[in-house]
Amino acid sequence: MLKLPIYLDNNATTPMDPRVLEAMTPYFLNHFGNAASRNHPFGWEAEEAVDYAREQVAKLIGADPKEIIFTSGATEADNLAIKGVFEMYASKGNHIITATTEHKAVLDTCKHIEKQGGEVTYLNVQPDGLIDLKALEAAIKPSTVLIALMYANNEIGSVMPIKEISAIARKHGVLVFTDATQAVGKIPVDVNKDGIDLMAFTAHKMYGPKGVGALYVRRKNPRVKVTAQMDGGGHERGMRSGTLNVPGIVGFGKACELCQLEMESDTQRISKLRDKLESSLLKLEEAYVNGSTEHRLPHVSNISFKHVEGEGLLMGFNKNIALSSGSACTSASLEPSYVLKALGLGDDLAHSSLRFGLGRFTTEEQIDYTIKAISETVNKLRDMSPLWEMYKEGIDLNSIEWAAH
Amino acid sequence: MAYSEKVIDHYQNPKNVGTLDKASKNVGTGLVGAPECGDVMRLQIQVDDATGMITDAKFKTFGCGSAIASSSLATEWLKGKSVDEALKIDNMTIVEELNLPPVKIHCSVLAEDAIKAAINDYREKNGMDKIKFEESVVH
Repeated sequence: MLKLPIYLDNNATTPMDPRVLEAMTPYFLNHFGNAASRNHPFGWEAEEAVDYAREQVAKLIGADPKEIIFTSGATEADNLAIKGVFEMYASKGNHIITATTEHKAVLDTCKHIEKQGGEVTYLNVQPDGLIDLKALEAAIKPSTVLIALMYANNEIGSVMPIKEISAIARKHGVLVFTDATQAVGKIPVDVNKDGIDLMAFTAHKMYGPKGVGALYVRRKNPRVKVTAQMDGGGHERGMRSGTLNVPGIVGFGKACELCQLEMESDTQRISKLRDKLESSLLKLEEAYVNGSTEHRLPHVSNISFKHVEGEGLLMGFNKNIALSSGSACTSASLEPSYVLKALGLGDDLAHSSLRFGLGRFTTEEQIDYTIKAISETVNKLRDMSPLWEMYKEGIDLNSIEWAAH
Repeated sequence: MAYSEKVIDHYQNPKNVGTLDKASKNVGTGLVGAPECGDVMRLQIQVDDATGMITDAKFKTFGCGSAIASSSLATEWLKGKSVDEALKIDNMTIVEELNLPPVKIHCSVLAEDAIKAAINDYREKNGMDKIKFEESVVH
């Protein structure tokens, strides 16, 4: 029988895989040692576990284990990468290039950099959510030290041409940092093939625990360094002090291992479900996919249902289906999604969007239920929508002078 | 954010959804809000010329649950009131009735604006001067 509520917000976080929890449990109870305790078996066990996890994590992204710096999550890794490069390479320059559709952890860190005297270029994206490579190259200056562009977008799932981006960066001697939070574990990411110098990612988006993530820092060609943002005992090769979260790291490692083993079969199954969901919902009139459908994560779909408001729509089923919306009402800022607006969507379409994030535990039964529930709610709300009525009467909504409020 | 039970009830069973003939002389239509702001309300009243009583009220709303509930409630309150009484409906009574949180107060303001706009539309159609209202502050 179908169990409710259904979870389709896997871009926000994923449930933990029971196999991950199983791997972690001993490190809470019996093997509780501090990985930095060098002189007794408790410490040795912990250190060994961390080393093993570091290998598992590194393997998933084609890195050397020494290039993995464990952090508390992707936000910390974003901060460490951007602030760390800005400080470390201050003698080389102070200019950073990023994009308007980045996660707040990158955008707000860049704002901080500006306050510190740095210069940041925020590139616009194309309607498909991808960067214009010519515009990127044109933005590079002699003072540019870093290009910070996400691997895949959290709201629309669009996947950036990272290889092409890093080729341009190499040509100009600029470092590439990518926030790959949504991509790692879902699609093949290889730091060498992709030419990535620094990369942030986190366990809880790939069926691992919350509170642990990593920053990949390239050690060869070129050797990259970041200034530590957390001072203390000099853990993680001096780049991130703080006692290691051993159970979390063990879980992160296990989660990476499982993703590597099961990525292909997961992707095949999940993308089929995503496509079923998407094509069924697009049968509704005036429904549009946001962002690239060609370069996109296999488990994500972002759809706008014209003339219904996102939060009102969610309310029709959010007891039973967990989803998020680009509507202003669902965010604290009362502004609709800045990512959707950056694609050139009008506020009205941004307000009308739903983000679907499928995952390893999504079933076809859940998708069938979701298709039905959402279609019914969209139709019900359109019957209630003055905009839908006007649209049906052939009235051009742009011709109306709305009282802006 | 959790909705109050009353908001949920209006959302699930909205009262008086529909359309009155906006060309009719005794129908007043108020259309307020803007699509880019995420809410648009259309509220209509039908007035008995002889008695000045509102005999019917309908709404259609594009917006969140609180906006739908505010307009649904407004139509309920309008029916059976005189136009003059209807003018006294204050957004804060809607807020209280629906237990709207502070971030949703604008939904109630919109409903109040829609009532006023509908009444003015009716007045204009029937040769009366429009009433000048103070600008709502909570926008």
